[in-house]
Amino acid sequence: MRPFDFVRPNSVAEALAAWEPGAAYLGGGTNLVDLMKTGALRPGRVIDITRLPDLSAIEVAADGSARIGALVRNADLARAAEILRAYPMVAEALLSGASGQLRNAATLGGNLVQHTRCAYFMDAHAACNRRDPGAGCDARGGAADNMAILGHSPACIATNPSDLCVPLVALDASVEIAGPDGGREMPLAAFHMLPGDTPSEATALRPGELIVALHMPPGAADFAHHARYLKVRERTSYAFALVSAAAAFRMEGARIGAARLTLGSVAAKPWRIEEAEDLLAGQMPDDALFARAADAATAGAAPSNDNAWKIELARRTAIRALKMAASGTPDRMPALPASPFGALEAPAHV
Amino acid sequence: MSLSISTTINGTTRDIALDDPRVTLLDLLRERLGLSGTKKGCDRGQCGACTVLVDGRRVNSCLTLAATLDGAEVTTIEGLAQDDALHPVQAAFIENDGFQCGYCTPGQIMSALGLILEGEAGDDPERIREGMSGNICRCAAYHGITLAVQSATRRMDAEQKGDAA
Ligand SMILES: Cc1cc2nc3c(=O)[nH]c(=O)nc-3n(C[C@H](O)[C@H](O)[C@H](O)COP(=O)(O)OP(=O)(O)OC[C@H]3O[C@@H](n4cnc5c(N)ncnc54)[C@H](O)[C@@H]3O)c2cc1C
Ligand code: SF4
Ligand code: FES
Ligand code: FES
Repeated sequence: MRPFDFVRPNSVAEALAAWEPGAAYLGGGTNLVDLMKTGALRPGRVIDITRLPDLSAIEVAADGSARIGALVRNADLARAAEILRAYPMVAEALLSGASGQLRNAATLGGNLVQHTRCAYFMDAHAACNRRDPGAGCDARGGAADNMAILGHSPACIATNPSDLCVPLVALDASVEIAGPDGGREMPLAAFHMLPGDTPSEATALRPGELIVALHMPPGAADFAHHARYLKVRERTSYAFALVSAAAAFRMEGARIGAARLTLGSVAAKPWRIEEAEDLLAGQMPDDALFARAADAATAGAAPSNDNAWKIELARRTAIRALKMAASGTPDRMPALPASPFGALEAPAHV
Repeated sequence: MSLSISTTINGTTRDIALDDPRVTLLDLLRERLGLSGTKKGCDRGQCGACTVLVDGRRVNSCLTLAATLDGAEVTTIEGLAQDDALHPVQAAFIENDGFQCGYCTPGQIMSALGLILEGEAGDDPERIREGMSGNICRCAAYHGITLAVQSATRRMDAEQKGDAA
């Protein structure tokens, strides 16, 4: 690990003032410290933000909106009764990610900003345009499982690995940011960037900016009764997704009033599919409808390496997530969150 | 640059001068404080061998910078037994053959204790397996580990009820 200096600010203003080019904010460190060990990241200064006051609250309002502080640990967010009640698929996604130990350390802000798990990005000796603009991309012709099938570019084919961000994008979450030039708020859907010619710009954060909170809009809780996250991975736990999907309905009687569908681990950002959502709205839920929505979800997908199979897997994952959402949010978090091995009843409660 | 932290480790508060902020909690324990019970497997958050409790919560000490721990309370495997009496989780691992070579065991025991304190899994074997998935065992002693966590959960529940009565 390259030497760095370590600072412990006690306020957001002090944290912003401590920032200098090449500095990194430290949340739980589960991603930053790992990448500093491999040499993929080499900050000259590490700014420990875990002591900043007032960034650890979860406030859900009566209209279904919420403000969640950036320092809330992933485990605390997943266990919070108000989150389980209002946004159960957010809790399910969190609990399907990483391990008990990592979730205790990982922060909300850190999860939003976490870097790709592309093995060539993480290996400081490999060529990577994302880490080192213009260096080339050693992933081409190499690993396929966690590479993109949507929105990739000649410069970069990596995916965003976050489980949490998939249901958050489905629910129209937005990010509150503090920065040297003041504060701003932006939709999470616009926060992660597709690679284009500039894969090093992974997020919309400008130099020195700090995430202070996440907002859920009013109405996000209306999807709570039919909301599921499904994660297909190489083993049932402690593995990143090959493909995942967040699916949710707001039912109006027996019909789907509004639908949300977002795929994970298929692109450099959570892949929201509004065409599929429009196609589902106003319809009676059934398998043929879900198949048409899933076709819309993967329209335009193309392999980036030897991963054409991910396109069919994504289609099937979308269908199954829609069926799970139709059959209703379970009363208790399943023993294996987001698992394809859970029981799937017929869409009875719709 | 020298940084100092005041950290309670297994009940004893220590003032520690860190000559280098790169030191992880795992290396602090093993290399500087002589507490070698906590093991290093992957050093990357992928195996759980380094699990300890920080402020009562299980974390991977290999990804925790020691410099972040000013004012924190750390419990390692060395802090569990009271004099000659093993902690219920330790005893349950022995009674249920929760290990073979033993290398992953300190991390398994600390993780099991963290899981039991979280109170979500109860003695449901499926929830225990999921809750313990952050601890890899190269010897695949998983069956015994699950039995041990079930048995320790019941024992700690019973002790707590006994205390309350
Ligand atoms: C073995 C392993 C398995 C994992 N499995 C999964 C999984 O299955 N699913 C999943 O979703 N994740 C998984 N993770 C990733 C884990 O969720 C992330 O590492 C974690 O969420 C990052 O949070 P953190 O607080 O530790 O971030 P840090 O490591 O502290 O920071 C990560 C990045 O975010 C920046 N940052 C942190 N906080 C802020 C802020 N407030 N504002 C601006 N920038 C900030 C940092 O500078 C850094 O660049 C896994 C990690 C490991 C090591
Ligand atoms: S796919 Fe992207 S992140 Fe991976 S090596 Fe290529 S440029 Fe880097
Ligand atoms: S040594 Fe820390 S998780 Fe493997
Ligand atoms: S007992 Fe040998 S690694 Fe677990």
